[in-house]
Amino acid sequence: MAAHYPAIIVTVPLFGALIITALWWFDKRLCYPISLLAGTVSLAASVGLFLDVLSRGVIEYRLGGWPPPIGIVYRIDHLNGLILVVVSLVSLLNLAGSRSVAEKEFRDKVGAFYGLYLLFTTGLLGMLITGDAFNLYVLLEIASLTGYALIGMGSGRAALSGLHYLFMGTIGASLYLLGIGCLYLMTGSLNMTDIARILPTLVPSNVVLLAFVLCLSGLFVKMALLPLHAWLPNAYTYSPSVVSSLVAPLTTKVMIYALFRITLTIFSFDFAFNSIAVRQPIIWLAVAAIFFGSLLALSQKRLKKMLAFIVVAEVGYMVGGFWLGNRAGMSGAVLHIINDAVMTLCVFMAAGAIVHKLEDDRLSVMKGVFRKMPVTMAAMVVGGLSLIGVPPTCGFFSKWYLIAGGIAAGQYPFVAALIFSSLVNTVLFFRLFEIGYFLPFEQPKRYHQYNPDSFFRYSGRRAEAPVDLLVPLVITALLLIALGIFSGEIVTRVITQAIPVTLG
Amino acid sequence: MDGIVSLIIAKYNFWAVIVLLLIGFYAMIAKRNIVKKIIGMNIFQTAIILFYVSIGSKKGATIPIITHGHDGVNHTVQAADYINPLPHVLMLTAIVVSVATLGVALALSMKIYARYGTLEEDEIQGKLMESEPG
Repeated sequence: MAAHYPAIIVTVPLFGALIITALWWFDKRLCYPISLLAGTVSLAASVGLFLDVLSRGVIEYRLGGWPPPIGIVYRIDHLNGLILVVVSLVSLLNLAGSRSVAEKEFRDKVGAFYGLYLLFTTGLLGMLITGDAFNLYVLLEIASLTGYALIGMGSGRAALSGLHYLFMGTIGASLYLLGIGCLYLMTGSLNMTDIARILPTLVPSNVVLLAFVLCLSGLFVKMALLPLHAWLPNAYTYSPSVVSSLVAPLTTKVMIYALFRITLTIFSFDFAFNSIAVRQPIIWLAVAAIFFGSLLALSQKRLKKMLAFIVVAEVGYMVGGFWLGNRAGMSGAVLHIINDAVMTLCVFMAAGAIVHKLEDDRLSVMKGVFRKMPVTMAAMVVGGLSLIGVPPTCGFFSKWYLIAGGIAAGQYPFVAALIFSSLVNTVLFFRLFEIGYFLPFEQPKRYHQYNPDSFFRYSGRRAEAPVDLLVPLVITALLLIALGIFSGEIVTRVITQAIPVTLG
Repeated sequence: MDGIVSLIIAKYNFWAVIVLLLIGFYAMIAKRNIVKKIIGMNIFQTAIILFYVSIGSKKGATIPIITHGHDGVNHTVQAADYINPLPHVLMLTAIVVSVATLGVALALSMKIYARYGTLEEDEIQGKLMESEPG
């Protein structure tokens, strides 16, 4: 059993999705428990696998018993073992809180939603676990296609933003595929470690350089690094709130993991950082992403759009931290992948709870929301403090490592951008807190006219989100503090093993 | 001049792929009709499929099926006699992906048409400006 954890992690949600799509024609009530079960099994298997990696080191799992490079292998080391646990946990927490929101938002399409949800998770977990470059493309497309469909399930502008995301995402994935094609042309192999073994014999080669640039630009489109970010804000704003709290924490993080994997495992640190001069331009892009992401977040009047632009800025943190190329910067980037997944989940889930009750996400209607929804807003405060970087929440520690790495590498614009972004986040969240806490509750006219059950009908009473949404939300908020307290442990025991040992 | 011509002729498959990629890319960026953009996207994806298929072929090679392999006689299989089947098999997956992308894109554009009554982006933009300014 334990030997097959890698296969279980991917196949259980996959078959769960198939079973749900077949069963929901007969009984819609089965969807939620089945998907919850699949998510739990997948999380348990990733935790088991991660403990295995901690005790035994790198694990190689051969699918169907075929040895590499002919067969496909799943290769788990400290880096993806850790991120696997985080991704399956984030997906499960959001799934657990999805029931009442999904029933309200999708009604009779709830089976389609859960099927797509599990397929999306399958795609992301597969991308994390695989050791095969082409397999990574296929799973990337599984995650992206289900992502477009999930985003398109919303109302209003959702379909249009989903289609724009689809165009951009297809260009990104196709560029990656072309890059892998160039690598295959040169090495004749698709296995990552095998390519890494053959590549040093070919360098310097223009085709390898082309492959590197194509893979990187494809992933930059997918992770929405600044000049290529145009698809992200609308897609995350207009999608249903359960979808945005799934897609926003996970997609960009997993793409950044893929960037780490491609750069470090396939092309090697030496090639990417020393042989070619892409490091400085990418750091400048990251600085621009942080600056403009923060500034654009400041100009938003809608809560979800504001959070979406914060995601754009956070992508800059991780990409920039990685390309600093020193130990502190890379540790900070890996730690930030984990922290950012959890804190984005926290704020997007809280925003989802608010949208669920208010049916609106404009900041101007959120007056007095603290009194109506104290638990939700407490979680929002923890998430906000973590995004700002206040200790003991986890956001502080990863930012600390990133800033230390920036100073050690002499990249002062990056350091300045990080501090600027923290200050802007302070303004953003304290504006929200001010509106929600200090401004008196206000009843908009258009609500109580034709919506008797609305949030605004009972001015004095609490109108908290449903309990099944609150429990995962509170767990997420507590997790933010726990991750902060144990971040030293995580860095010394896991992340130091995950980054190249030669780094100073 | 002579050098360029011989360069194009020697690697004509790559040139064809690049031209197709650019046609698809142009349609996705410059066309304002959603269906035309989807067609452009498909050309873009097909160009990459062609790229893979063309790198699998060899001069004078045949399809990779070993004939008379079943009668117990040992054959020496020369890799040079058969084209490389791996890129072709990979492209089966990529074709499935591109069909699925097309399906999702068409489903989304149906939803867009049902809402806005048009597939011209300029007109959709106009309607968006009317209904929800800012």
